[in-house]
Amino acid sequence: MSTPASPVDFRTRLQDWIPKLVLSPSLAAMLVFVYGFIAFTVYLSFSNSRMLPSYDLIGLENYVRLWNLSAWWTAVGNLAIFATLYISICTIIGLTLAILLDQKIRGEGVLRPIYLYPMALSFIVTGTAWKWIMDPGIGLENTMHLWGWTSFQFNWIKDRNMAIYCVVIAAVWQTSGFVMAMFLAGLRGIDNEILKAAQIDGASNWNLYRRIVIPLLRPAFLSAFVILAHLAVKSYDLIIALTGGGPGRATELPATFMYSYTFTRNSMGIGAASAVIMLMTIAAIMTPYLYAELKEKK
Amino acid sequence: MAAIEQDTAVRTSLVTRIFIYGILLIFLAFYLMPLFVMVANSLKPLAEITGGNMMALPRQWTLDPWRSAWSTAQIGVEPTGLRPYFINSILMVVPAVVISTILGALNGYVLTKWTFRGDKIIFGLLLFSCFIPFQIVLIPMATVLGQLGLAGSIPGLVLVHVVYGIGFSTLYFRNYYAAFPTELVRAAMIDGAGFFRIFWRIMLPVSGPIIVVTVIWQFTNIWNDFLFGASFGGRNQPMTVALNNLVQSSTGVKEYNVHFAGAILAALPTLIVYIVAGRYFVRGLMAGSVKG
Repeated sequence: MSTPASPVDFRTRLQDWIPKLVLSPSLAAMLVFVYGFIAFTVYLSFSNSRMLPSYDLIGLENYVRLWNLSAWWTAVGNLAIFATLYISICTIIGLTLAILLDQKIRGEGVLRPIYLYPMALSFIVTGTAWKWIMDPGIGLENTMHLWGWTSFQFNWIKDRNMAIYCVVIAAVWQTSGFVMAMFLAGLRGIDNEILKAAQIDGASNWNLYRRIVIPLLRPAFLSAFVILAHLAVKSYDLIIALTGGGPGRATELPATFMYSYTFTRNSMGIGAASAVIMLMTIAAIMTPYLYAELKEKK
Repeated sequence: MAAIEQDTAVRTSLVTRIFIYGILLIFLAFYLMPLFVMVANSLKPLAEITGGNMMALPRQWTLDPWRSAWSTAQIGVEPTGLRPYFINSILMVVPAVVISTILGALNGYVLTKWTFRGDKIIFGLLLFSCFIPFQIVLIPMATVLGQLGLAGSIPGLVLVHVVYGIGFSTLYFRNYYAAFPTELVRAAMIDGAGFFRIFWRIMLPVSGPIIVVTVIWQFTNIWNDFLFGASFGGRNQPMTVALNNLVQSSTGVKEYNVHFAGAILAALPTLIVYIVAGRYFVRGLMAGSVKG
């Protein structure tokens, strides 16, 4: 033990503190703006806030009212359809493209970046482009008619029962290339010796992929699922740009529900409750995954 | 990325190969089609879109939709075009990217080379914050920005994007620095080098690639953000919000060609970054998901 008075010791003690001082602004920002704000929103979800935050607690009433609202059930139902199709179609397209690109394809260097570029765009740009492409008046339907296929019909975006599938199409266009890149990275990480050995044993290509390659891609499937699921729950921009939640309420999702109840319908308590449910959904998906990833690293 | 080129053991027949190329080309068309539609129709007079084929090249080429989208189109109530909003986006993106990248680098350095009790928990909390649905912070953020006098201002948007950008930038730098030999840092400490000297002389010189990855990731995310811009932009809205206002405007004729030109203008900065430094963008995407 040395005396704290010595200058050398003062320097080392300062050195001990500098890292923590450097980290502290970020730590403070995170504790206030992320976890503090989450706590605040949770509190509001138990309060009678309407246009402005209010601190009078009313228990679970907002949650009860939320789950009795048909608009909320519509949003949740739409999310279920959207998420299921979005995740499975992206996974199928991503896996197929990755496997095909992995067959020593000439021009892979050109194809791969083109499959992936939509990921660099804003969902607002994607939404704008697809909104007019799927518009029956000027878009695909009109084009097919001009090309001579006069019975062709594609007016889903104006159809209450079909509009949600238009959102799926645009969202798949945006992210399936990314899923392809994740699977391709997984495929390139597989040891070729395993495949060669299986081939010498007489496995057909189909069996090779079904029995050996695809099971080895488990981590990539898991990552893709987690990323896509959390993107689906957060989907907001694309809905706003593509359909605005319509026609009627046909493409409302929890994210758009939360925004309109909080900021335009003066039901902040219900909006907060819906945000809490969105957070819990994402936490249920992300926490086990992040926990496992952090554990592995040690 | 040339290193990932690798022979597969799978052998394929000619018929199979034709089939494979066929599918790959169909998807090529699927991904390129919207871009083609946007570019082709932004160069047509309006009559050629409403009375013609969206998939056709312009018969009469014109740059007027671009001029209109940039400087005269009606955005909300004012006929300003997208130019002022483009400038807003730049004024917002540049400081937000710089600040969040610097903080991320320092945090990553502390969390890997100056570890202390509880650092894993802090990193876990930061990591989770990357994935929260931002709806959960909208209400308190609106309140706090109002109290700080930053509501509807560019500095307010910068603050928001820095705060919610730190998680990812820290994640990138932490994973990158974790692979850097700690012995070198120890040796420098024994030689008497301090915290900042080690960072400046040893860590920073090897950080080139991860700085590029982080800057590109933050730039793309912040430029493309809509939710925060729409909620807190006030009169200083960013480009994405202005584009949406332009397209959704219910007054007057729908000028599809101007909408397409505006959409390309909004996409151009991130698209250029992607074309110039695509492989770093992909690295960022992968590091944000598989964390390899």
